[in-house]
Amino acid sequence: MGLPKATVHGILQTLAAVGFVEQDEETGKYQLGAALLHMGSSYLDGNELRARALNWSDALAARSGESVRIGTLHEGRVLVVHHVFRPDDSRQALEVGALQPAHATAMGKVLLAAYRYVAAELTADELVRYTPSTITARDALETELRTVKERGWAADVEELVMGESSLAAPIEDRRGVTVGAIGISGPVERMMENGSSRTDLVSYVRETARAVSRDLGAIPW
Amino acid sequence: MSERYVAAVDQGTASSRCLIFDERSRIISVSQIEHSHIYPRPGHVEHDPEEIWRNVQKVIAQALAAVDLGVPDLVALGLTNQRETTVLWDRATGVPIHNALTWQDMRTDHLVRELGGDAGADRFRDRCGLPLATYFSGPKIRWLLDHVDGLRERAEAGEIRFGTMDSWLIWKLTGRHLTDVTNAGRTMLMNLETLDWDDVLLDAMGVPRAMLPEIRPSMEVYGEAGGDLAGLPVAAALGDQHAALFGQTCFDTGDTKCTYGTGSFMLMNTGAEPVRSANGLLTTVGYKVGDEPATYALEGSIAVTGALVQWFRDKLGLIGSASEIETLARTVDDNGGCYFVPAFSGLFAPHWRSDARGVIAGLTGYISKGHLARAVLEATCWQTREVVDAMNSDAGTTLTALKADGGMTANNLLMQSLADVLGVPVARPLVAETPSLGAAHAAGLAVGFWTDVEELRGQWHKAAEWIPSMDEAERERGYRKWRKAVARTMEWVDDDD
Repeated sequence: MGLPKATVHGILQTLAAVGFVEQDEETGKYQLGAALLHMGSSYLDGNELRARALNWSDALAARSGESVRIGTLHEGRVLVVHHVFRPDDSRQALEVGALQPAHATAMGKVLLAAYRYVAAELTADELVRYTPSTITARDALETELRTVKERGWAADVEELVMGESSLAAPIEDRRGVTVGAIGISGPVERMMENGSSRTDLVSYVRETARAVSRDLGAIPW
Repeated sequence: MSERYVAAVDQGTASSRCLIFDERSRIISVSQIEHSHIYPRPGHVEHDPEEIWRNVQKVIAQALAAVDLGVPDLVALGLTNQRETTVLWDRATGVPIHNALTWQDMRTDHLVRELGGDAGADRFRDRCGLPLATYFSGPKIRWLLDHVDGLRERAEAGEIRFGTMDSWLIWKLTGRHLTDVTNAGRTMLMNLETLDWDDVLLDAMGVPRAMLPEIRPSMEVYGEAGGDLAGLPVAAALGDQHAALFGQTCFDTGDTKCTYGTGSFMLMNTGAEPVRSANGLLTTVGYKVGDEPATYALEGSIAVTGALVQWFRDKLGLIGSASEIETLARTVDDNGGCYFVPAFSGLFAPHWRSDARGVIAGLTGYISKGHLARAVLEATCWQTREVVDAMNSDAGTTLTALKADGGMTANNLLMQSLADVLGVPVARPLVAETPSLGAAHAAGLAVGFWTDVEELRGQWHKAAEWIPSMDEAERERGYRKWRKAVARTMEWVDDDD
């Protein structure tokens, strides 16, 4: 390329940080990242995503007993494209079309972890503190997103609303590109056990995300 | 495993499915196999009853295997089925004497007009609640008796058996020849008051009583299955729309459900008395619980709902998938004054005008594809409104809420528009598979797995609800425009077309 090696390395590091390239852990070789793949493709319509995920999200609400939402990224925030009521016949209002802050919700963290360049663009003003637990420091958010990316799911514990917690996992298409997040939310007493997210609920959410991804053509894993 | 389950088989037009439900009415397993459609000539649509029976056995086995359950884990099996599809088989050998004539098969077109004679399509409506039409089983039986050599003599001698899909499957499962009231009610041979075969109707159609199954309630133990399913009580049978009504827990007079698919089917529970329609709706048995009196329903079908979205996608190519219609419709705020009446093959309930054809009204230079997409979605809403008005008028009730199911409930804008146009809340249930849920509920009730309908009502949960947000004046103005558009569809077809 006619550039010094260190400069190329610096450029690649920057591109990797925002998800445009990815480095293979074993070989050290670089390849195009998911974020770039996403930019170059027609994005999955939120209405299409809802239609494809309808039965799976109903089943998740039935199994978990909590409300279910599917979200996509929209200008740095989470756009709710689907909402299934908590199956307890209490009065609930449909939240389809609502926007949630990305840094303070499980769905948002899943999406930001897949689109690091969006996280990088969030301004200090946008990293609003909603509760004492909200992650507002950029470093802390970066660390959180790395964890989310590694383990494949995210939690918010009283980070948006006191007493409320949410869990989410990524929905991927056939190229492994994250096209949305699916999650459940409810009171901490039901969502948590001994200070951590209930493992059965985490597996329900992850299984559902995988099932929807499979229906979108993702390779089973 | 101490927990026990109920299985439902949904023998549908496209496929056979088996769903297994736990005692909280949650789906724990699903299996599905499609069957072939046989088109011997234009307008003829047949299914192979033996293939369907093989598929039904397979889906039950697969659904059980998928969750490591066996027949002893099931308390009962409930059936729901495509309606009106007609099977005739040899009483001695059990072999079908012809492929099943499906409800979509139109070969009885001339026959039903002949049967109507001077009295027309409504000749038998008082007795059976139905107009003469190609869908129903009675004329299909008659066609087979007229066209298969020697069949009439054999039928009169009691050597031939008739059944709709429920009947065929119950016979294969238990060896008994019976049907449930909801399926029997779609033959045009059953009297709506006596709930028994009607001699006048049998005479008029030329169908020998000897070939008909015994009519039983929708839920009771019909018998135990044999073979691989040995010991499994077969405890319910309902036509698909009737099962959906039951699965949507529409147990009270006035409770109404509508299933939105290619076409749509609305059923309103009208209580213990059949309501005769002055608006061309069908009178049908909703369901019958054991020895209790039957619950009746009014049925209104809309020929073109999801089919219009498909047409918009396939014939106009303005969208790539059905879901994209919502995205396109949301590019604008309203219909821009544009109304789309999809009278592709005439107007059905409540107008019944075969001379009508589709119209897009209110076109101006302002109209964009987004407005057209809105008009396409609103067509489903206004057509629903017309059927609701007809039902309210026939039954003397006022709709207070609508329970919706079917694929189109995924369309959020459509569901909101529906609530706006009807002026009542529209809810979608957590279990979208309402026919299977209804069949499972009915079977579970018959064997005491669930105590009563109140318990079932407690297991119906809202997955979503859309609240009307349109003001009354705007709603009525929209409806007025829709009716003007409908008026413009009429008298289009000429004698020489």
